[in-house]
Amino acid sequence: MAKKQTKAVLLLEDGAIFEGTSFGAEGQRCGEVVFNTSMTGYQEITTDPSYHEQIITMTYPLIGNVGTNPRDWESRKVYARGFIVKENCIPSNFRSKKSLSDYLKKNNVIGLEGIDTRALVKHIRTQGAMRGIISSTELEAKKLQKKLQEYPGLVGRDIVRDVTCKKPYHWEEGVVDILSNQQFKPPKKYKVVAFDYGAKYNILRLLRSHGCEVYVVPAQTLAKEVLSRKPDGVFLSNGPGDPAAVSYAIETVQQLLGKVPIFGICLGHQLLALALGAKTYKLKFGHRGANHPVKNLQTKQIEITCQNHGFCVDMDSLKRKDVELTHINLNDNTVEGIRCVGLAAFAVQYHPEASPGPHDSNYLFQQFIEMMEQCKTKKQRQKSR
Amino acid sequence: MAEYKDYIRRGLDTSPAHSVLVEESVLGWKEFELEVMRDKKDNVVIVCSIENLDPMGIHTGDSITVAPAQTLTDKEYQIMRDAAIKVIRAIGVETGGSNIQFAVHPDNGKLYVIEMNPRVSRSSALASKATGFPIAKIASLLAVGYTLDEISNDITKKTPACFEPTIDYCVVKWPRFTFEKFPGTSPLLTIQMKSVGEAMAIGRTFKEAFGKAIRSLEIDRYSLDGRHIDKNLSSAQLKDKLRLNYWDKIWYVAEAIRRKMAIDEICNLTKIDPWFLNNIKDIVQFEEKIKSRLDKNPQINLGAKYLAPQFIAGLVSSIELRKAKEYGFSDKYLATLLKVKEQDLRKHRQELGINAVYKTVDTCGAEFEATTPYLYSTFEKECEANPSGRKKVVILGGGPNRIGQGIEFDYCCVHAAFALREIGVESIMVNCNPETVSTDYDTSDRLYFEPLTFEDVMSIVEKENPYGVIVQFGGQTPLKLAVPLEGAGVKIIGTSPDSIDLAEDRKRFNKLVKKLKLRQPAGGTALTYQETFKAADKLGYPVLVRPSFVLGGRAMDIVYDEQELKDCVAEAFEASGEHPVLIDKFLDDALELDVDAISDGKTVVIGGIMEHIEQAGIHSGDSACCLPPVSLDKKILAEIRRQTKLLALALKVKGLMNIQFAIKDGQLYILEVNPRASRTVPFVSKAIGVPLAKLAAKVMVGMTLGELGFTKEVHPDYYSVKEAVFPFSKFPGVDTLLGPEMLSTGEVMGLSDDFGIAYAKSQIAAGNSLPTAGNVLFSVKDSDKKTAVGFARKLHEMGFKIIATKGTCIEFIHNNIPSEFALKMSEGRPNIVDSIINGEIGLIINTTIGKQSIRDSFSIRRSAIERCVPYVTTMRGAEATVLAIEALKQRKINVKPIQLYYR
Repeated sequence: MAKKQTKAVLLLEDGAIFEGTSFGAEGQRCGEVVFNTSMTGYQEITTDPSYHEQIITMTYPLIGNVGTNPRDWESRKVYARGFIVKENCIPSNFRSKKSLSDYLKKNNVIGLEGIDTRALVKHIRTQGAMRGIISSTELEAKKLQKKLQEYPGLVGRDIVRDVTCKKPYHWEEGVVDILSNQQFKPPKKYKVVAFDYGAKYNILRLLRSHGCEVYVVPAQTLAKEVLSRKPDGVFLSNGPGDPAAVSYAIETVQQLLGKVPIFGICLGHQLLALALGAKTYKLKFGHRGANHPVKNLQTKQIEITCQNHGFCVDMDSLKRKDVELTHINLNDNTVEGIRCVGLAAFAVQYHPEASPGPHDSNYLFQQFIEMMEQCKTKKQRQKSR
Repeated sequence: MAEYKDYIRRGLDTSPAHSVLVEESVLGWKEFELEVMRDKKDNVVIVCSIENLDPMGIHTGDSITVAPAQTLTDKEYQIMRDAAIKVIRAIGVETGGSNIQFAVHPDNGKLYVIEMNPRVSRSSALASKATGFPIAKIASLLAVGYTLDEISNDITKKTPACFEPTIDYCVVKWPRFTFEKFPGTSPLLTIQMKSVGEAMAIGRTFKEAFGKAIRSLEIDRYSLDGRHIDKNLSSAQLKDKLRLNYWDKIWYVAEAIRRKMAIDEICNLTKIDPWFLNNIKDIVQFEEKIKSRLDKNPQINLGAKYLAPQFIAGLVSSIELRKAKEYGFSDKYLATLLKVKEQDLRKHRQELGINAVYKTVDTCGAEFEATTPYLYSTFEKECEANPSGRKKVVILGGGPNRIGQGIEFDYCCVHAAFALREIGVESIMVNCNPETVSTDYDTSDRLYFEPLTFEDVMSIVEKENPYGVIVQFGGQTPLKLAVPLEGAGVKIIGTSPDSIDLAEDRKRFNKLVKKLKLRQPAGGTALTYQETFKAADKLGYPVLVRPSFVLGGRAMDIVYDEQELKDCVAEAFEASGEHPVLIDKFLDDALELDVDAISDGKTVVIGGIMEHIEQAGIHSGDSACCLPPVSLDKKILAEIRRQTKLLALALKVKGLMNIQFAIKDGQLYILEVNPRASRTVPFVSKAIGVPLAKLAAKVMVGMTLGELGFTKEVHPDYYSVKEAVFPFSKFPGVDTLLGPEMLSTGEVMGLSDDFGIAYAKSQIAAGNSLPTAGNVLFSVKDSDKKTAVGFARKLHEMGFKIIATKGTCIEFIHNNIPSEFALKMSEGRPNIVDSIINGEIGLIINTTIGKQSIRDSFSIRRSAIERCVPYVTTMRGAEATVLAIEALKQRKINVKPIQLYYR
C-alpha cells in the first residue's frame, strides 16, 4: 500500500516545531493548540463547536481506528482547525462509512500524524495552551511564524458569533439507540428555549428525549423574544472561546434570571456565573477528556465526566450569598457546577450529555425537568390563588 | 446433532446436579473485558478496557489481548461501560474490583455480558500493569473503608484514585504456552485455559507493542517471519491453520498476508478483527520490502554468512530503519533480514541517531506530571528517562512464567530490589511479565517494562549507566544474556559469567570436579547422533539424556536401551540448539538432594539441605522435598557441607548457588551445580526464616556475610515440606507419570514439628486430600512389590481395605495381607478404572515401568486426576504418604504462624 506521504508541520507561538505527515486537507490554519485525553470519540470531539479555532491533539496514539459514520456528528460541521494524532489507522467498525483521513479532507481540516504527540502534550502542559499554526503546504518556519503572529488567539474575542445558528429552529431528534436504531421521543411536556452558543447535538437530543419541546435560538436572541415564547425553561449551551467576551449573552442571561428556570452547560455555565457577577479566567491548558472526576457536593457521589473547557469560573469572585458551589473537579479543585435556588438556575462546567464520555451525569437533565416542573406547579398554584 | 447429543450426555454425566446449561453460541464474536472498581459509596470507575485479538471461543487467558479496546466507537464503549456498572451493582460487589467480559457481534454491535468475576483476576493484574492503576492495592484500601476520592493516585501524587486511567500507548499481552511438554495433548486453544504464563509489551503503537511482545515471549521468535512454516503448505492447509485455533495462528496469518490472501478472507477464517489484520499487514509488507533489498542487490549478496557492515546503508535508508524500529522490529531480526551481524546493524543504527527513548506510564496521558519512573521504550523524539546520578544496579527479571521458570525467580528479583533499597543503592528492574511483583512500579526505584533481549537491555544500560547488572536472580533468561552483556562492556556483578560458564560447560566442569577430587556420575557429550550412541554404550544403560543450557529439564529423558535412546535423541538436539547434548550414567533408585548456599567469595554458608521425597531421575522441580533431611546421617551431611563449600569457593561464587547431589550406596555424587538463584531459594528462605536473596544481593554489591550477620547455617527443629503442583487436569490425554522433564506449574509448603504432618499438610495444600479410612488401590511394578508389602501392611493395620491388581495382590496375600483382587483395564469389567470413577478408591499407589505397562496403567492415573483421587507414582512418595496418613490418624493438624517457628 503505497500511501503518498506529504509532510506537514505544527509550529507553536514559542517557536517549537513538530514535523510529521499530512493526512487531512491541504493548507494552513491557525488556532489554539490543545490536547484531549479521551481514548474514544474523536468524531464527536472534532464536530463539537466548542473546538472552534482550536487545533486538537489526541493523547491516545491510535486514532481513526473506528472510522467515521453519519450518526456520531455533534454539529453540522467539523470545527477543529487541525487534528493531530500519533498514528492514523485503517478503520474497522460496523458503523464506519468513511476513514478519518477522508473525513478530514472532505471537511477541510488539516491532519498531522507521526509526531511525538506525547512530547507536544507535555509541552502544552508545562508551557500552557498556546497559539499555533498547522500546515501541509508551507513548511518553512519563518513564513509560518509571520502568519501565526497575525492570529489574535482566543482571549477577549467573541467567537460564539461564528458558530451560533443564524435562525431559530425546532429540534426534533431524540437520543437514538445505535444498536436497535430506535429513537426515544416521549410526548413534549416542557417548552425549552435553547441558546445555541455552539450547542452539541446530544444536548438537544437529550432534552428532546426528556420530554422537551426544544426551540433553538441564536446567541444574540434578546430576552424579551425568549420570554415571549413563554418557555418552561431556558437552556444555555456550550460553546467556544472566552465567555467574558460574549457580553450580549451575559446581559440576556441577567435579564432572564428569576423569570424562567435556567440550566447551563460549559460556556453556558460560565455565562450564568458571569451574569451572577462572577469572573472567569483562563486555565493553563484546560480540561479536555472523558475521565475527569467531579464530586457532587450534595450527594458526595463522584461522577466521571466528559470535559472540554479552557476557561473557568472564579468562585471567590462570586459575591452573592445565594449562589452555591455544587460540583468540583477533584483533580485540581476547580469549579464544575453552581446553582442559585432562589433564581431557579443551575449549571455545570462539564458535559453531562457525554458524547463522547461516560453517562454518569445524565441525571442533570432530569434535574432540569424537575426544576421546570416545580416552577410550573408554583405558577399554577399562584394563578389558582 | 450427533455431536450435540454426545456433549449433552457427557455434560449430564459430569454434572453433580445432572443438568447442563445450553446457551446461544457467540463463537467467533469479538471479546472485550472491562476492569471495574466500586467503593462503599457506590462510586464506580472503569480502570481499563481490554480487547481480545482472538475471538470468542478461546479462553481470554490464552488470547492475545490488547489494551485499550481498539474497535469500539465511543457510543459502543459507553453502552459497555453502562452495562458493566449495572452488573457490578446488581451482583453486589460492595467494594473492590471486578472483571466483566463481553461478547460483541462484529457486524451489528450486539452485545452480551458473558462472564463476571467479582474479584481481582488475571486480567486485573494485567490491567494494573497496563494502566499504572494498582487494582489490588486500591481494592484493599476500599475493603477497609476508604472511598476512591480519599485515596491518592500513586503516580501523579496530586490527583485522586477516583478517575478512569487514560493511556497514551498500546499494550499487548501474549500468552506463553508449553505444549512441547505435554505431547499427548492437542495444541488447539479452546475455552479451557492452557497457557502457563504471559508477556506484556508496551509501545506507542499496536505494531510496536506487538513486535515487542513477540520477542518478550522467549520462544526464539523475533518477528512474524515464516521460518517455522512448512514451505510446501498448501493453500487448503493454510486455510485450516487459520480456521483452527492453533497457538501459533498469528504466524499463519502473516503467511496468508505474504501469499496475498485478502484481509476479508483472513478475517472470515480467523474471526480476527480487520483492524488487527491490517496492522499485521503493515508489519508483514514492510518486512517484505526490507527483505527484497537483498534480492535487488545481487552484486553484494555473495553467499557469505554475513555481509560487511558498510553495505547496510545501501540496503536500508535511515528513514526506513527508523520506521522499522517504530514498527517494533528487533535489531536481531532486521540483521537477519539484511544478512548482517546484529552488532553491526546496531552500531549503524546508533550512528544514525536512531535510539530507543523512554516514555512514562502515568495513568493520565501526560495531563499531569508523573512522579513514578515506570518506563517503556519507543522510537520517538523525547526521552523521559531522566536517570539519576546515584549508585545503581540493574536487576534483570525472568520474563514470562513457564514450566521451570516461574515466580520463584521473581521472588528473588523482588528481594534484590528491596535489599538494594535498604542499603541506599538505586534498583532498576527490567522485566516483561505482568503477573509478577517485580513489575509493580513500587517494588524497585525504577521500572523498565521491557523485553529481556540483548538489544532491549543494552538500551537501558546505555541510558542508565549502572554500577552493575544482576543476572543470577531471574533464572535462565538473564543468565543467557550474561556473556553477551559482558562482551559489550557491561559489568555483571556477583558470580562472574566465566564461573557460570565453568559450571554449565560440561568439559570445564568435569575438570574442576576431578581437581577437587569429587565424584560425578560418569558422562559424556555428543554433538551428533552417532556420538550419543557411542557415549551410551560406553557408560552402559540406563543413561540420562539432556540438552545443555536449558531449564526445567526440557527434553530430558532416562533411557534404558538403545531403542529408547533413538526415540528421544532428536528432540534433545532440537532443544539444545547449537549446544551439545549431554549423556550421563543414570543412578537408578538413588536419593536426591538439593543444597542452596550463599557465598561472598570467602565465607560460604549453607542455606538449606533438602532431601527429595522422590528418587533421583524425577526432576527436582517436580519432586517433593523436606528441609532438614529426614533420613541422612551426620557423616554424609558433613560431607555434603564440605563439598558445597569447596565448590562455592572453587567457582568463586558471589551470591547464591544451588547444587544437586545424589546418594547411591552411601556414595555422594554431584549431579549439577548452578551458581545462581535456584527455584528453591524462596522455599529455603521461608523454611529457615532468612531472606537469602536479599543477603545475596547485598553480597553482590560488595558486602560480606560477616557484615550482614549471616555466617552460620540455620538448623530448624521443625520440618518444611515442599510439594509440586501440576496442571494435568487442564491437559486431557496427558500422562501424569513424573520424570526428568519438569511438568509442575507451582508449589506449596507444609510446616510442622512432625515430618508426617508436614508432609500431609503439603499434600492437602497441593489438592491431594489424603484419606484416613477407606480403600487403597495398589498396582506396582515387580521391583517395587517387596517394598509395597510393608506399606500395605501398615495401611491394613490402620484399618484401610487393600485392593490390588493381580501381581501385586498375589504378593500381598503371600505376605498375609488381606487384599481384594481388582481387574486391570485390559482384563474386563468392572475394573479398577470403574472403581475409581465410582468413587470407591481413596488413594492410589501406582508405579510402572516399560512402555506397554505405562500404556496399560495410563487410564488409572488419568481417571484419578479427573476424579481428584490422590495418587502416588513412586515408592518413596508412597512411603511419605503412609507416614503422613499415620500422623493424621494419630494427631491433629496444628496451626501456627510461620513467625513462631523461627523463634
